[in-house]
Amino acid sequence: MSLPEFWFILIAVLWTGYLVLEGFDFGVGMLMPIIGRSNKGRRVVLNTIGPVWDGNEVWLLTAGGATFAAFPEWYATLFSGFYLPLLLILVALIVRAVAIEYRGKINDQTWRTRWDYVIIGSAWVPSILWGVAFANLVRGVNLDADHQYAGNFFDLLNPFALLGGLVTLAIFLSHGAIFLSLKTDGEIRERSEAFARKASLVAIVVAGVWAVWAQLAYSRNTWTWAAVALAAVALVGAWFSTVKGRFGWAFVSNAIAIVGAVVLIFGAMFPNVMPALDEANSLTVDNASSTDYTLTVMTWVAVVMTPVVLAYQAWTYWVFRKRLSMEHIPEHNELTFFPKRKTNA
Amino acid sequence: MEALELARWQFGITTVYHFVLVPLTIGLSVLVAIMQTAWVRTGNEKWLRLTKFYGKLLLINFSLGIATGIVQEFQFGMSWSEYSRFVGDVFGAPLAMEALLAFFLESTFLGLWIFGWDRLPKKLHLLTVWAFAIGSTLSAYFIIAANSWMQHPVGAEYNPETGRAEMTDIGAVLTNNTTLVAFPHVIATAFLVAGTFVAGIAVYWMFRRQRQDADHADLPMYRTAARFGALVMILSGIAVIITGDLQAKLMFKQQPIKMAAAEGLCESEQPAAFSILTIGNLAGDDCESVNHIITIPGLLSYMATGDWNAEVTGLDELQEQYAERYGATTADGEEITYQPNLAVTYWSFRLMIGLAAFSAALALGIFWFTRKKGAALPKWMSTLALVSLPMPFAAASFGWIFTEMGRQPFVVAPNPTGSDQVMLMTQFGVSSSVSAGEILTSMITFTVVYAVLAVFWFRLMQRYAVEGAPRVEEPTVRSDDDATPLSFAY
Ligand code: HDD
Ligand code: HEM
Ligand code: HEM
Repeated sequence: MSLPEFWFILIAVLWTGYLVLEGFDFGVGMLMPIIGRSNKGRRVVLNTIGPVWDGNEVWLLTAGGATFAAFPEWYATLFSGFYLPLLLILVALIVRAVAIEYRGKINDQTWRTRWDYVIIGSAWVPSILWGVAFANLVRGVNLDADHQYAGNFFDLLNPFALLGGLVTLAIFLSHGAIFLSLKTDGEIRERSEAFARKASLVAIVVAGVWAVWAQLAYSRNTWTWAAVALAAVALVGAWFSTVKGRFGWAFVSNAIAIVGAVVLIFGAMFPNVMPALDEANSLTVDNASSTDYTLTVMTWVAVVMTPVVLAYQAWTYWVFRKRLSMEHIPEHNELTFFPKRKTNA
Repeated sequence: MEALELARWQFGITTVYHFVLVPLTIGLSVLVAIMQTAWVRTGNEKWLRLTKFYGKLLLINFSLGIATGIVQEFQFGMSWSEYSRFVGDVFGAPLAMEALLAFFLESTFLGLWIFGWDRLPKKLHLLTVWAFAIGSTLSAYFIIAANSWMQHPVGAEYNPETGRAEMTDIGAVLTNNTTLVAFPHVIATAFLVAGTFVAGIAVYWMFRRQRQDADHADLPMYRTAARFGALVMILSGIAVIITGDLQAKLMFKQQPIKMAAAEGLCESEQPAAFSILTIGNLAGDDCESVNHIITIPGLLSYMATGDWNAEVTGLDELQEQYAERYGATTADGEEITYQPNLAVTYWSFRLMIGLAAFSAALALGIFWFTRKKGAALPKWMSTLALVSLPMPFAAASFGWIFTEMGRQPFVVAPNPTGSDQVMLMTQFGVSSSVSAGEILTSMITFTVVYAVLAVFWFRLMQRYAVEGAPRVEEPTVRSDDDATPLSFAY
C-alpha cells in the first residue's frame, strides 16, 4: 500500500468517527421535540450529549485538516466546488454550537423555545446535506481539466444525491434514537425505544435502495459489494436488536452499518478521491496527494495521537455512562434577563 | 467588487471576529485553572466562587470561539483554494496537528470539566481544567506556526513540476524563528486580555459592594481577584513588550517593507525617528505627502535593530529592491506595488501599542488603592475598569491587522534568505471556481449571523458579570444510583 492510499483510508476512518459520533448528536438534536416533548424531557434528551458533542465535532475538524495536509488538491477542489452547501452546513454548525450552550443560560421559556428551534433546525440541515455531498462524490462531479469544479449549485441536487441525503437522515434518526434508548430511563427511554424500532426499519429501506443504486451505477470496484452487504446485514441486525430490546447491540450494529457505508463511498470512488464526470479529469489518490515526506510526518503524528484521543474520549463516555431521567434534571435556577435589582447578597 | 476583494473582506471579518474571542479563552482558561488550583490547595471558598464565576463567563465565550473557528478551518478551501493548492503540502500539516493534538484535548476535557463537578474526585477534576487550558494554548502554537510560515517560509522548496511549495523539514516549520517570537507575543497578549478582564470586573464589584456596605463579606474575595488580575496584567504586559520588541527586530530582517510602512518612511534615514502623530495623506498610499508631527529621534532605528543610530531603509528604495528581486510586473503585465496600505499599517501598529496603556493604568491603580485590606476605591477607578475592559481586545485585533495587512501584497511573503519561489501574492490565492456572487452571499451570511450572535454573547457576558460570584456548595461525588438532580445540566 502506498502512503497516499494509506491516507485515503485514514481519512475514511476519520469520517467514520465523525459520522458515528456526531451522527447520534444530530439524531438527538432532531428528536429533541419528538422524544423529549416537554421542557424537562427536552433537557433530558439534550443532556445525553452535553459533555461529548463538542469532542465529537472535532472529528470533522480533523478530517478537514487531514484532507488539507494529505490531499491539498482534494481539499481545495471539494470545498470551493461545494461552496454553497458547505456554507449551509457551516452556518448550521455555528448556530448549533452556540444554541446548545446558550439555551440553558437564561431562565425564560421564550428564550429556550427559540434556541430549541435552532438546535433542531441545525441538526436537520447537516443530516441531509452530508448525505447529498457524499452521494455527489460517489456519482462524480463536473471537473474541468485543471481539476476545478465547473458545475453549479443545482447540479448537486440530482435525484441520486437527494436520496443520499435521506440516507444520512434516516440513519442519524435511528442512530440518535438508539443512543437515547441507551442513555435515558423512564418515559424518555420508552419513547426512544419505540421510535428506534420504526426508524431502523426505514433506514434499511432507504439505505438499501441507495447502496444498490450506488454500487450498480457508480462504483468503480466490484469488491464494494462486500461493503453493501456488510451495511445491509448490520442495518437488519440493528433493527432486529431493537425489536429484541438489545440496544447495546443495536448501537454497535448501526455503527458497523456506518462503517459499511463509508467503505462503500470511499471504495466506490477509489482510486479517485474526487471522480469527475469526464473520468480523465478526476482527482486521484496520486495526483491530489501531498509529498511522501509530508505524508510520512503526518503518519507518525496520526499513529501516535489517534489511540491517545480514542482513549480519553472513551474515558469520557465511561465517566458519563449513567442513564439520565427526569429526576436528574435540576429545576431552572439560572438568571433571567433584566434582574429586578436582585443581587445574591 | 471582485471575488478577490470580497474574499479578503470575508477573511478579515471572520478572522478578526474569531480572534476577539480567542485571547480571552486562552488566557482565562489558565487563570481559571489557577483559581481552581488555589481552591483545591487552600480549601478557601472564595477561590471556588471565583472559579465558578469566571468559569461561567469563559464558557459563554468559548462556545462562540468554537463556532467561529469552524469557519476558519474550511475557509481556506472554500475561498482561498488556489492558496490551498500552493501551500497545502506545508501548511496543512500544522493545521491537522492542531486538530489532533489540541482541539480534541480542549473540547473533550472541557466537557469533562463542565459536567464533571459531581462525577470526578476533586484532584482529577482539577486535572481536566488544566488539560483544557493546555489544549487551548497548544492550539495557538500550531496555528501560529502555520501563520508564521506565511510570514517567513522555511523548511520548504518550490517544485516546478507540481507548481507548489513542498515541505522538506517539519522541524524547521515548527521551530521557525518567527513562530518562536510570535507565539509568546500572542500568548502574552492573551494573558493581558484575560488579566484585564478578571481585574476589571472585580474592581467594578469591589466598588459596588463598598457602596452597599464598607465591610461587605464579598469584598476580600473581589480584592483578591482584582490583585490577581493586576499581577497578571503587569507580568504579561512586560512579556508583551519584550516579545514585541524581539518580533520587531526579526520583522525588520524578514519583512523590511512592513517596518517601513508602519512608520510611513519614504526615504531611508539614519538614524530613523519614530513618529507618534502624523498628518497628511497616509490613506492615499502616497508617502510623499506624509508629515510626521511628533517624533522621537532614533527610536525607529532602535526598535528595528537595537542600535539608536542604525539606518532604516525607506519605502521608495525597498520598492526598487523588491521589484528587482521579485519582478516589477505580474505575469499579465500589471505593475506590482510592494508597499502595503500605509494608513492601515501605520495606525494599527500604534493602536496595538497605545491601547494597552489602559491596562497598565488599571493595574497600577489597583495595586495602589488595594494595598491595604479594606481600603476604599475612588469612584473613577470603577470607570477606568470598565473603559479598560475592551481595550486589550482591540489592541490584539490591531496587532493582527497590522501583521496581516503589512504582509500584503503577499499572502505568503518571500523569505529574503530562502527560496525566491516560495511566495504567493494574495491575488493569486483566491479560488478561481467561486464566483463573486457566491462569496458575497457567504460574506453577508457570516456577517449577519455573527452580528446576531455577538448581541447574545454580549448580553450574556454582561448579565453574568453583573450578577457577581455565585454562592457555592462544596461539590461531592455522586454515587452511580443517585436519583437526585445533577449539580449542572443544560
Ligand atoms: C492564537 C490563537 C488562535 C488563532 C490565531 C486562531 N485560533 Fe482558532 N481557536 C483558538 C486559537 C486560535 C482556541 C483558543 O483554541 C479556540 C478559540 C476560542 C475557543 O473556544 O477555542 C479556537 C477555536 C477554533 C476551532 C474550534 C475548535 C473546537 O471545536 O474545539 C477551529 C476549527 C479553529 N479555531 C480554527 C482556526 C483557524 C483555521 C485559524 C486560522 C485562521 C484560527 N483558528 C485562528
Ligand atoms: C494561522 C492563522 C492565520 C492564517 C493562516 C491567516 C491567513 C490569512 C489569509 C489567507 C488571508 C487572506 C489574504 C489577504 O487578504 O491577506 C489573511 C488576511 C487577513 N488576516 Fe489572516 N490569517 C491568520 C490569522 C489571522 C488572525 C488571528 C487575524 C486577526 C484577528 C487575521 C487577520 C487578517 C486580516 C485582517 C486580513 C486582511 C484581510 C484583507 O486583506 O483585507 N489573520 N490572513
Ligand atoms: C494587547 C495587545 C498587544 C500589545 C500591547 C502589543 C504591543 C507590542 C509592542 C510593545 C511591540 C514592540 C514594538 C517595538 O518595540 O518595536 C509589538 C510588536 C509587534 N506586535 Fe504586538 N502587541 C499586541 C498584540 C499583538 C498581536 C495580537 C499581534 C499579532 C500577531 C501582534 C503583532 C506584532 C508584531 C508583528 C510586532 C512587530 C512590529 C514591527 O515589526 O514593527 N501584536 N507589539
